[in-house]
Amino acid sequence: MIGRRKKRADTAELERPRTRVEAPTPEVTRDVARFEHGSRVPGWDDAVDLEKDPAVIPDPATTPVPAELRAEIEAQMAKYPDFRSAAIPALAAVQRHHGWCSPEAVWQAACVMRLTPGYLISVATFYDMLETRPVGRNRVYVCTNISCSLCGADELLARMKEETAGDPSFNVRGFECLGACDIAPMASVNDVYVGPMSLDDVPTLVTQIREGLPPLPNKQLIRRKSVDPNAASPGGGASA
Amino acid sequence: MTQTILFSGIDEPGLNTIDVYRRRGGYESLRRVLTQMTPEQVTDELIASGLRGRGGAGFPSGKKISFIPKVNVDKYLVCNADESEPGTFKDRELMQKSPHMLIEGIVIGAFAAGANRSFIYIRGEYVEQADIIDAAILEAQDAGFLGEDILGSGFDLSLVLHRGAGAYICGEETGLLDSLEGKRGNPRLKPPFPANQGLYQGPTVINNVETLATMPHIIRMGGAEYAKIGTESSTGTKLVSVSGNVRRPGNYEIELGVSSREIIYGLAGGPPPGRDVKFWFPGGSSSPVLTKDDLDLAYDFNTLAQAKSMLGSGAIIVVDDSNAVVDVALKLAKFYKHESCGKCTPCREGTRWTVSMLERVDSGLATPMDLDIMASVQEQIMGNCLCVLGDAMAMPVASMITKFRDEFEGHIEAARARNPWGPGAVAGGDADPVLIQGAVGA
Repeated sequence: MIGRRKKRADTAELERPRTRVEAPTPEVTRDVARFEHGSRVPGWDDAVDLEKDPAVIPDPATTPVPAELRAEIEAQMAKYPDFRSAAIPALAAVQRHHGWCSPEAVWQAACVMRLTPGYLISVATFYDMLETRPVGRNRVYVCTNISCSLCGADELLARMKEETAGDPSFNVRGFECLGACDIAPMASVNDVYVGPMSLDDVPTLVTQIREGLPPLPNKQLIRRKSVDPNAASPGGGASA
Repeated sequence: MTQTILFSGIDEPGLNTIDVYRRRGGYESLRRVLTQMTPEQVTDELIASGLRGRGGAGFPSGKKISFIPKVNVDKYLVCNADESEPGTFKDRELMQKSPHMLIEGIVIGAFAAGANRSFIYIRGEYVEQADIIDAAILEAQDAGFLGEDILGSGFDLSLVLHRGAGAYICGEETGLLDSLEGKRGNPRLKPPFPANQGLYQGPTVINNVETLATMPHIIRMGGAEYAKIGTESSTGTKLVSVSGNVRRPGNYEIELGVSSREIIYGLAGGPPPGRDVKFWFPGGSSSPVLTKDDLDLAYDFNTLAQAKSMLGSGAIIVVDDSNAVVDVALKLAKFYKHESCGKCTPCREGTRWTVSMLERVDSGLATPMDLDIMASVQEQIMGNCLCVLGDAMAMPVASMITKFRDEFEGHIEAARARNPWGPGAVAGGDADPVLIQGAVGA
């Protein structure tokens, strides 16, 4: 999947016989097993079929794409001078449709964009918000960067994971700085920023997410006023 | 009395709609630019204002626009709204509450640069803000401030909002361009600089949100008048994001040159009761740390550069004395390790080694000599990569080791005393515990 390489017949084959595992579906990525000091555990590339031909641009006849998905991707492609600029929006669109950038989803995007799946996979694996493995549909990104962790984000993330443990509909993960350090510790709940959160908010939040309610309405960033004392006074006549 | 320019009445309800924005005099600067001024005059006003880029590097914005070659090819203006520097959140508030100020600035900047296509690259996490900007772009198009023949001047400009997908490196200008072209966001070799060969190989000017949003105000006030605010080399006002261990975190608009103590203690309320400032980042997590002895430094580009730090994106992160410096350094290094794109060896390997060594410090496996090795790794990262992501880790970590060396050594001693055989080790065992326990994954 990653690319073609000649098999290192002279070294690897002599040392140990390889057992090839039949992969049922093409997997987009695979965690590489590593020792703690960082080097790969031998055999990490066993699942990669080095003799297979690389995937070419999918044939529209054999790759059905839902009409609304095709329309969305084509609309994105029309916005740019170079259609390839729509790679991220297209992957985001198929991810919304399929829940993650599954092989099927990537093949569909590649089919509409007339690109190889490999090109789109190279893009998808680069960005944190494009999921290359199945995840729960409720995204909870807890910011664990410096400002938030100074205010207790690590405990918040642990509590959040504990509260949603075993529920496959949740995708709880620690995230790099989400750009809302003024409401630290904070989380992005299905794209809605909430904070500052206390540990006691976690059960309420999880219930609200499960019931499809707006998360912590009183703590949403979008409703927050500026803290700058000068912001309200001169010029605009803002009195709110 | 602090001048308030960008944040003046920012909380006015409905300011994100074009009606309220125009009622407050919005788009008047644009009208003046398009009907009464030439691109050269606009550039001259920006140069006269002394405005320096608000995104991190602090490069004079007018000069940047003047570098765009005056040739008849497709030129581009890209607004960098990726804002992923830890501690920075000023652009978010600006875009969310006053998106038309940004759009007006983009049209003015594009007119000065002769660009006919413009893009806003917003980070993928800012979904609420992106939706607000999308709505604002539609309003501006309907009102004739974007599109073809804007205000009858014959100037055309298209504006596309491009949503990223979560990568710190896409805030670096050439990484952003690659990402906008639909590739992995790897930085490019410079030169050629984006002013000559940027987006789609065309001349490109890239500016931060705050820089562009300031442009309408410079036109309104006049460049010379704007230059009277602030200090001689750092003119104007700046949005400062204060976060971390302070009582009132948030965005504050300050006049450049005020004392840092005034910002941290006066505006943000200082650290929580009973605690004291241990150190602070003056310009985002990439800036070398300053200690409480530096609190009286004036907050402007040159003073902070003289103190061997930088103003950066204007994000002050305050760390109080209840936190261990090693924890902060480790958090920081892990972030840069995660976000390193992997293109340049010093950054890819240097960030990983720094994390490994800091983990050794934290677990008591390190010796004081490791601190010297760590410092030398930082030296070898700095200036040896295509972009400054590696430097962004190396500078603060190196400054922490220099300024808090005693604490690092104490941390090693304390960790060793707690666990003399290292983490997970079996006392007296002869096998290498790290190797046995370390095999993870499938």
